[in-house]
Amino acid sequence: MTAYWSDALSGFWSGWIIIITLGSIAFAFWLLVANRKTDTQPKTDGQVSTTGHGADGIEEYDNPLPRWWFFLYIATVIFALTYLVLYPGLGNFTGLLGWTQEDQWEQEVADAEARYAPIFERYQQIPIPELANDPDAMQVAERIFLNNCAICHGSNAKGGNGFPNLTDDDWLYGGQPEQIVTTLTQGRRGMMPPWKQLGEDNIENLTQYLLSLSGNANDEQKAQQGKTLYASTCIGCHGPDATGNQALGAPNLSDDIWLYRAPGQSIADSVRQTLNEGRKGHMPAQAAYIGEQRVHLVAAYVYGLSRHEGQQAH
Amino acid sequence: MSSAIEHPPQREANSTGDGNSPLSASDSSVGNATYEPTSDPACSSGYDTSYNTTYNYKVVRQFAIMTVVWGIVGMCVGLTLAAQLVWPQLNLDLPWTSFGRLRPLHTNLVIFAFGGCALFATSYYVVQRTCRVRLISDRLAAFTFWGYQAVILCALVSLPLGYTEIKEYAELEWPIDILLAVVWITYGVVFLGTIRARKTSHIYVANWFFAAFILTVAVLHIVNSAALPVTSTYSISVYAGAVDAMVQWWYGHNAVGFFLTAGFLGMMYYFVPKQAGRPVYSYRLSIVHFWALIMVYMWAGPHHLHYTALPTWAQSLGMVMSIILLAPSWGGMINGMMTLSGAWHKLRTDPTLRFLVVALSFYGMSTFEGPMMAVKTVNALSHYTDWTIGHVHSGALGWVAMITIGSLYHLIPRLYGHTEMYSVKLVSVHFWLATVGTVLYIAAMWVNGILQGLMWRAFNADGTLMYTFVETIEASVPGYAVRMLGGLCWVVGMVVMAVNVYKTARPVTDSRRLMPQTA
Repeated sequence: MTAYWSDALSGFWSGWIIIITLGSIAFAFWLLVANRKTDTQPKTDGQVSTTGHGADGIEEYDNPLPRWWFFLYIATVIFALTYLVLYPGLGNFTGLLGWTQEDQWEQEVADAEARYAPIFERYQQIPIPELANDPDAMQVAERIFLNNCAICHGSNAKGGNGFPNLTDDDWLYGGQPEQIVTTLTQGRRGMMPPWKQLGEDNIENLTQYLLSLSGNANDEQKAQQGKTLYASTCIGCHGPDATGNQALGAPNLSDDIWLYRAPGQSIADSVRQTLNEGRKGHMPAQAAYIGEQRVHLVAAYVYGLSRHEGQQAH
Repeated sequence: MSSAIEHPPQREANSTGDGNSPLSASDSSVGNATYEPTSDPACSSGYDTSYNTTYNYKVVRQFAIMTVVWGIVGMCVGLTLAAQLVWPQLNLDLPWTSFGRLRPLHTNLVIFAFGGCALFATSYYVVQRTCRVRLISDRLAAFTFWGYQAVILCALVSLPLGYTEIKEYAELEWPIDILLAVVWITYGVVFLGTIRARKTSHIYVANWFFAAFILTVAVLHIVNSAALPVTSTYSISVYAGAVDAMVQWWYGHNAVGFFLTAGFLGMMYYFVPKQAGRPVYSYRLSIVHFWALIMVYMWAGPHHLHYTALPTWAQSLGMVMSIILLAPSWGGMINGMMTLSGAWHKLRTDPTLRFLVVALSFYGMSTFEGPMMAVKTVNALSHYTDWTIGHVHSGALGWVAMITIGSLYHLIPRLYGHTEMYSVKLVSVHFWLATVGTVLYIAAMWVNGILQGLMWRAFNADGTLMYTFVETIEASVPGYAVRMLGGLCWVVGMVVMAVNVYKTARPVTDSRRLMPQTA
């Protein structure tokens, strides 16, 4: 009808809500007033009459409603009615203030944007390798990392079973600034198909071969047989030298870094499990949550992490 | 209202022949003299014979004993959960002992097993005594006992195994839901049938509350548990999306309002005046707050869904009705408290009465806290924090458990032909354990809740969050430890109670029973 009425509900339901709401409040109010005795002096023992109906030896005084409680009751009813005039509540009536929780949220986000945007705009102008050396910027980035990334990659960014370690120099999808930004912005989906159909013996041979590639203890004879199988089955993604393929996110199998390894599980068992069951990795896209400017900062943070680690290791 | 059918001094001997005077005869000079049975033949011989013949006390005894048993079991599970939050390794890395499965077990055991058995016991006792008539059917009453215990045992097995409808306080799968519905309807038939068969003209106020509780819980349980069975252990709610959430919290908050409030107010209206030996303060106050309470509670559910996808109008109605609810809730507290005026000195010597009074104090406090937390701006801080857990337990421990225990300490000796518990001193010990435990618990959760709420909304100068989630958990650990201590006090208190109840209930050859109880 006017500015104070929405069309969220049909006229019938809106009217129904208004009637039972106001009707209930009116009933609560009537109940109070109808039972009020005008005598406001609470009587002490013996002076006031009882109702006359006892139950198992319990009698009931007919004391009036306590005065302060009566006014407390009235005050809550007045509060309720005032609130329903000012805020949405009575069906389609939007309230005189025109408040909605969506507007409030959008306003708060807009205020925050206006306040904080200049900080992030300045950082966005700085190239990632340079930004990684800015201690102030990295402090901001670390906070964003801890609140958004640490849940999977850990507070120390060293990852866990199924979650890559970000502090080493081993990259599934590449460690160049642009590649990290792409990973953060669009997310990644890793897919290792299951190979159970090869049969138990072949899986075992392949396992031994993979152990040999990374310099782990292995059965040489089986590893030798596994090598042939590798060349026909795995080479497409992981490459002839088993160093993987960053375009596909196929891991390097020639180093001793293992993405999937449950606590207490041996390397051999985790390799067997990977071969039998396959694996599915999922890095969720972050740009929609934190925005491009913060992606830029976090990318610099992650870039900085692995570089430091790399320098120490080599 | 003024039709005085029965006048107290003219009551027949058998209506007071109950050994029911809460205190020794010497106290009668303080209160109204008509409250003390003086010429009861059963009492003067040292026995209360009516406990075996006139009324069905068997089912009351069964439920009363199981209240204590389930109280201990349910609170032990709660203590385990509290310990898991301090030492997460206590999950044992087993699915059956993980927090997510034990938590619903705890809530089901303390609310429905402990609280439910207490309500069955007291309502069956109160309705018989105040209507002066035996339960209409011993057989149906026995069915409610065994049926209800079967439901609890099913919960005890199915919840740790992971069978759940995933609705808070309504987790039980559909076959158990159906059994519960049948038991509950039978309960309604027995209770309301007994009221109908009453030999008094008036229905005493305690029975109004019990009746409202039984009827409403039946409606809540059946409507909210409506589900489409898929297999014998799996079903899907018939509601979807925000409607499902709204139905769930309509149920959830009214479970608090009717199961944990109306039912226990019924208990209060009998055991407080009885134990204090005083008339109820105001009949008209009980009328106003009864009708206002049951009408307004129905609306309060949406305050559990503030700032969610629930339409704003529904959130607002939930909030304003929660504010109005303060008045009827306090009406009950006032009526209980004022009933004690003129009997305050009894608190020094009667720990049972202390339980009842402290219960009313916590009731008043948590029914003030509740409406405040239902205000959107307060809720924005308190929701999803430990404050909510603290609020629930100030109601659950402070009000529900305290009023239950006070009532049981009045009830149990009378069920076994005594006038007092085996040891009043142990009742006093239990009182202090329970009070200290409750205070530790809720104080720890207030501190934790406000701490978490403030940490979650703390921002740095660059707009990033000042604390990570895990830091807020780290900061909560001291509070979790204090809460565990509070829970430990409660478990120890319940064990003390169990010893006292065992000693009181054990068979004859006891010199106490042979001693004349009245002067």
